[in-house]
Amino acid sequence: MVERLARGPASVSELAAPLPMTMSAVVQHLKVLEASGLVVSEKTGRVRTCRVEPLALTAAERWLNDRRQSVERGLDRLGAYLEATRSEEETSQ
Amino acid sequence: MNAKAGPKLAHGTFVVERRYDASPERVFRAWADPVAFRRWFVESPGATIHGWNHDFRVGGRAGGRYRFGGPDSPVGFNDTEYLDIVENGRIILSYVMGREIDGEKQRESASLATIEIVPDGSGARLIYTEQGAFFGEDGGAHIPLRQEGCTEMLENLGRELEAHA
Repeated sequence: MVERLARGPASVSELAAPLPMTMSAVVQHLKVLEASGLVVSEKTGRVRTCRVEPLALTAAERWLNDRRQSVERGLDRLGAYLEATRSEEETSQ
Repeated sequence: MNAKAGPKLAHGTFVVERRYDASPERVFRAWADPVAFRRWFVESPGATIHGWNHDFRVGGRAGGRYRFGGPDSPVGFNDTEYLDIVENGRIILSYVMGREIDGEKQRESASLATIEIVPDGSGARLIYTEQGAFFGEDGGAHIPLRQEGCTEMLENLGRELEAHA
Protein backbone atom coordinates (compact mmCIF):
# COMPACT_ATOMS: atom_id res chain seq x y z
CA MET A 1 0.00 0.00 0.00
CA VAL A 2 2.80 2.39 0.92
CA GLU A 3 4.67 1.22 -2.16
CA ARG A 4 1.73 2.26 -4.33
CA LEU A 5 1.49 5.61 -2.55
CA ALA A 6 5.19 6.28 -2.99
CA ARG A 7 4.51 6.34 -6.75
CA GLY A 8 1.85 9.04 -6.31
CA PRO A 9 -1.44 9.89 -4.62
CA ALA A 10 -4.28 7.38 -4.95
CA SER A 11 -7.87 7.02 -3.88
CA VAL A 12 -8.85 4.42 -1.27
CA SER A 13 -10.54 2.25 -3.91
CA GLU A 14 -7.44 2.44 -6.16
CA LEU A 15 -5.34 1.29 -3.22
CA ALA A 16 -7.71 -1.54 -2.38
CA ALA A 17 -8.16 -2.86 -5.94
CA PRO A 18 -4.93 -4.90 -6.29
CA LEU A 19 -4.91 -6.07 -2.67
CA PRO A 20 -6.38 -9.37 -1.45
CA MET A 21 -8.02 -7.53 1.43
CA THR A 22 -11.50 -6.41 2.30
CA MET A 23 -12.26 -2.71 2.01
CA SER A 24 -12.62 -2.45 5.78
CA ALA A 25 -9.16 -4.01 6.27
CA VAL A 26 -7.72 -1.49 3.82
CA VAL A 27 -9.37 1.37 5.69
CA GLN A 28 -8.01 -0.05 8.95
CA HIS A 29 -4.46 -0.14 7.54
CA LEU A 30 -4.79 3.40 6.26
CA LYS A 31 -5.84 4.57 9.71
CA VAL A 32 -2.65 3.08 11.18
CA LEU A 33 -0.53 4.74 8.49
CA GLU A 34 -2.30 8.07 9.00
CA ALA A 35 -1.86 7.86 12.76
CA SER A 36 1.88 7.37 12.21
CA GLY A 37 2.01 10.55 10.11
CA LEU A 38 3.40 8.62 7.16
CA VAL A 39 0.27 8.99 5.08
CA VAL A 40 -2.17 11.89 4.84
CA SER A 41 -5.57 11.84 3.18
CA GLU A 42 -8.07 14.42 1.96
CA LYS A 43 -11.68 13.97 1.10
CA THR A 44 -13.00 15.67 -2.00
CA GLY A 45 -16.67 14.92 -2.54
CA ARG A 46 -17.03 11.17 -2.08
CA VAL A 47 -13.41 10.33 -2.93
CA ARG A 48 -10.72 10.12 -0.26
CA THR A 49 -7.25 10.63 -1.77
CA CYS A 50 -4.19 9.42 0.11
CA ARG A 51 -0.57 10.39 -0.31
CA VAL A 52 2.76 9.77 1.41
CA GLU A 53 3.89 12.57 3.70
CA PRO A 54 7.67 12.86 3.12
CA LEU A 55 8.18 15.03 6.20
CA ALA A 56 7.22 12.06 8.35
CA LEU A 57 10.57 10.50 7.53
CA THR A 58 13.11 11.15 10.22
CA ALA A 59 16.60 12.40 9.48
CA ALA A 60 17.87 8.87 10.20
CA GLU A 61 15.49 7.31 7.70
CA ARG A 62 16.49 9.88 5.11
CA TRP A 63 20.13 9.15 5.81
CA LEU A 64 19.65 5.42 5.27
CA ASN A 65 17.64 6.06 2.13
CA ASP A 66 20.31 8.40 0.82
CA ARG A 67 23.09 5.91 1.55
CA ARG A 68 21.30 3.13 -0.29
CA GLN A 69 20.64 5.33 -3.30
CA SER A 70 24.22 6.51 -3.31
CA VAL A 71 25.46 2.90 -3.27
CA GLU A 72 23.03 1.92 -6.02
CA ARG A 73 24.21 4.79 -8.21
CA GLY A 74 27.84 3.95 -7.44
CA LEU A 75 27.45 0.29 -8.36
CA ASP A 76 25.66 1.28 -11.57
CA ARG A 77 28.61 3.54 -12.41
CA LEU A 78 30.93 0.60 -11.68
CA GLY A 79 28.96 -1.40 -14.26
CA ALA A 80 29.32 1.41 -16.80
CA TYR A 81 33.04 1.64 -16.04
CA LEU A 82 33.49 -2.12 -16.52
CA GLU A 83 31.60 -1.90 -19.83
CA ALA A 84 33.68 1.04 -21.01
CA THR A 85 37.00 -0.56 -20.12
CA ARG A 86 36.20 -4.04 -21.38
CA SER A 87 38.03 -3.81 -24.70
CA GLU A 88 41.13 -2.02 -23.37
CA GLU A 89 41.52 -4.58 -20.56
CA GLU A 90 40.99 -7.54 -22.85
CA THR A 91 43.61 -6.37 -25.31
CA SER A 92 46.14 -5.73 -22.52
CA GLN A 93 45.65 -9.18 -20.99
CA MET B 1 13.05 15.12 17.29
CA ASN B 2 12.71 15.74 20.98
CA ALA B 3 15.47 18.10 22.10
CA LYS B 4 15.31 16.78 25.66
CA ALA B 5 16.04 13.28 24.46
CA GLY B 6 19.30 14.46 22.89
CA PRO B 7 20.58 13.34 19.52
CA LYS B 8 18.84 10.26 18.27
CA LEU B 9 20.92 7.19 17.46
CA ALA B 10 19.43 5.00 14.79
CA HIS B 11 20.65 1.82 13.12
CA GLY B 12 20.00 0.60 9.63
CA THR B 13 21.11 -2.14 7.26
CA PHE B 14 20.74 -2.48 3.54
CA VAL B 15 21.97 -4.81 0.83
CA VAL B 16 22.52 -3.92 -2.83
CA GLU B 17 23.35 -6.64 -5.37
CA ARG B 18 24.55 -6.32 -8.94
CA ARG B 19 25.70 -8.78 -11.57
CA TYR B 20 28.41 -7.60 -13.93
CA ASP B 21 29.46 -9.07 -17.21
CA ALA B 22 33.07 -8.87 -16.03
CA SER B 23 35.36 -11.26 -14.21
CA PRO B 24 35.75 -11.05 -10.40
CA GLU B 25 39.35 -9.95 -11.11
CA ARG B 26 38.19 -6.92 -13.09
CA VAL B 27 35.54 -6.00 -10.52
CA PHE B 28 38.14 -6.23 -7.74
CA ARG B 29 40.64 -4.14 -9.72
CA ALA B 30 38.05 -1.41 -10.13
CA TRP B 31 38.10 -1.05 -6.31
CA ALA B 32 41.79 -1.65 -5.77
CA ASP B 33 43.23 0.65 -8.44
CA PRO B 34 43.10 4.30 -7.28
CA VAL B 35 42.74 5.66 -10.83
CA ALA B 36 39.87 3.30 -11.63
CA PHE B 37 38.23 3.86 -8.23
CA ARG B 38 38.35 7.61 -8.65
CA ARG B 39 36.84 7.34 -12.11
CA TRP B 40 33.69 5.42 -11.13
CA PHE B 41 33.31 6.04 -7.40
CA VAL B 42 34.77 9.37 -6.39
CA GLU B 43 33.87 11.48 -9.41
CA SER B 44 30.13 11.15 -9.07
CA PRO B 45 27.98 13.54 -11.12
CA GLY B 46 27.51 16.92 -9.45
CA ALA B 47 30.32 16.45 -6.93
CA THR B 48 33.30 18.76 -6.54
CA ILE B 49 36.19 16.84 -5.02
CA HIS B 50 38.46 18.78 -2.68
CA GLY B 51 40.87 15.94 -2.08
CA TRP B 52 40.81 12.19 -2.02
CA ASN B 53 43.21 9.45 -1.03
CA HIS B 54 42.95 5.72 -1.53
CA ASP B 55 45.37 3.63 0.52
CA PHE B 56 43.93 0.27 -0.48
CA ARG B 57 45.40 -2.21 2.00
CA VAL B 58 44.32 -3.67 5.34
CA GLY B 59 44.59 -0.84 7.87
CA GLY B 60 44.90 1.71 5.05
CA ARG B 61 42.97 4.96 5.20
CA ALA B 62 40.93 6.38 2.38
CA GLY B 63 38.34 9.05 1.80
CA GLY B 64 38.19 12.72 1.16
CA ARG B 65 36.30 15.99 1.15
CA TYR B 66 33.69 17.01 -1.37
CA ARG B 67 30.78 19.29 -2.18
CA PHE B 68 27.57 18.28 -3.85
CA GLY B 69 26.29 21.81 -4.43
CA GLY B 70 27.58 25.32 -5.07
CA PRO B 71 30.28 27.11 -3.08
CA ASP B 72 27.78 27.84 -0.28
CA SER B 73 26.89 24.20 0.24
CA PRO B 74 28.59 22.44 3.15
CA VAL B 75 31.75 20.43 2.61
CA GLY B 76 31.13 16.78 3.30
CA PHE B 77 33.76 14.30 4.31
CA ASN B 78 34.26 10.55 4.28
CA ASP B 79 36.91 8.84 6.42
CA THR B 80 37.32 5.21 5.45
CA GLU B 81 39.49 2.41 6.83
CA TYR B 82 39.97 -0.94 5.10
CA LEU B 83 39.53 -3.74 7.63
CA ASP B 84 39.94 -6.81 5.45
CA ILE B 85 40.80 -7.49 1.84
CA VAL B 86 40.81 -10.83 0.01
CA GLU B 87 41.99 -10.38 -3.56
CA ASN B 88 39.15 -10.88 -6.05
CA GLY B 89 36.88 -12.01 -3.20
CA ARG B 90 35.95 -9.46 -0.58
CA ILE B 91 36.56 -6.01 0.83
CA ILE B 92 35.50 -4.98 4.33
CA LEU B 93 35.64 -1.35 5.35
CA SER B 94 34.33 1.08 7.88
CA TYR B 95 33.64 4.74 7.29
CA VAL B 96 32.50 7.85 9.07
CA MET B 97 30.66 10.56 7.18
CA GLY B 98 29.65 14.05 8.05
CA ARG B 99 29.94 17.73 7.24
CA GLU B 100 32.40 20.45 8.07
CA ILE B 101 30.73 23.22 10.05
CA ASP B 102 32.92 26.32 10.65
CA GLY B 103 35.98 24.26 9.81
CA GLU B 104 35.14 21.56 12.31
CA LYS B 105 34.18 18.03 11.44
CA GLN B 106 30.65 17.20 12.48
CA ARG B 107 30.43 13.43 12.28
CA GLU B 108 26.94 12.18 11.47
CA SER B 109 27.18 8.48 10.79
CA ALA B 110 29.42 5.45 11.07
CA SER B 111 29.09 2.36 8.89
CA LEU B 112 30.51 -1.08 8.34
CA ALA B 113 30.36 -2.13 4.70
CA THR B 114 31.20 -5.48 3.14
CA ILE B 115 31.71 -6.05 -0.57
CA GLU B 116 31.57 -9.69 -1.67
CA ILE B 117 32.58 -10.57 -5.20
CA VAL B 118 31.55 -14.04 -6.36
CA PRO B 119 31.97 -15.68 -9.78
CA ASP B 120 28.68 -16.01 -11.63
CA GLY B 121 28.91 -17.79 -14.96
CA SER B 122 31.11 -15.67 -17.23
CA GLY B 123 30.68 -12.67 -14.95
CA ALA B 124 30.63 -11.70 -11.31
CA ARG B 125 28.05 -10.91 -8.70
CA LEU B 126 28.71 -8.14 -6.21
CA ILE B 127 26.90 -8.09 -2.88
CA TYR B 128 27.23 -4.83 -0.96
CA THR B 129 25.97 -4.88 2.63
CA GLU B 130 26.07 -1.83 4.86
CA GLN B 131 25.24 -1.57 8.53
CA GLY B 132 25.18 1.99 9.74
CA ALA B 133 24.58 4.00 12.85
CA PHE B 134 23.28 7.51 12.33
CA PHE B 135 23.75 10.04 15.10
CA GLY B 136 23.45 13.42 13.39
CA GLU B 137 20.90 15.70 15.01
CA ASP B 138 19.72 17.28 11.78
CA GLY B 139 22.12 15.66 9.39
CA GLY B 140 19.45 14.44 7.03
CA ALA B 141 17.57 17.71 7.01
CA HIS B 142 19.48 19.17 4.07
CA ILE B 143 19.10 16.05 1.97
CA PRO B 144 16.17 16.48 -0.36
CA LEU B 145 13.92 13.46 -0.28
CA ARG B 146 13.87 11.70 -3.61
CA GLN B 147 10.63 9.88 -3.78
CA GLU B 148 11.70 7.38 -6.40
CA GLY B 149 14.00 4.78 -4.91
CA CYS B 150 12.63 5.07 -1.41
CA THR B 151 9.78 2.76 -2.30
CA GLU B 152 11.30 -0.26 -0.66
CA MET B 153 12.21 1.58 2.50
CA LEU B 154 8.75 3.08 2.71
CA GLU B 155 7.23 -0.31 2.17
CA ASN B 156 9.33 -1.79 4.97
CA LEU B 157 8.46 1.10 7.19
CA GLY B 158 4.79 0.70 6.39
CA ARG B 159 4.97 -3.03 7.07
CA GLU B 160 6.72 -2.34 10.35
CA LEU B 161 4.07 0.16 11.36
CA GLU B 162 1.27 -2.17 10.34
CA ALA B 163 2.85 -5.10 12.17
CA HIS B 164 3.02 -3.06 15.36
CA ALA B 165 -0.47 -1.68 15.06
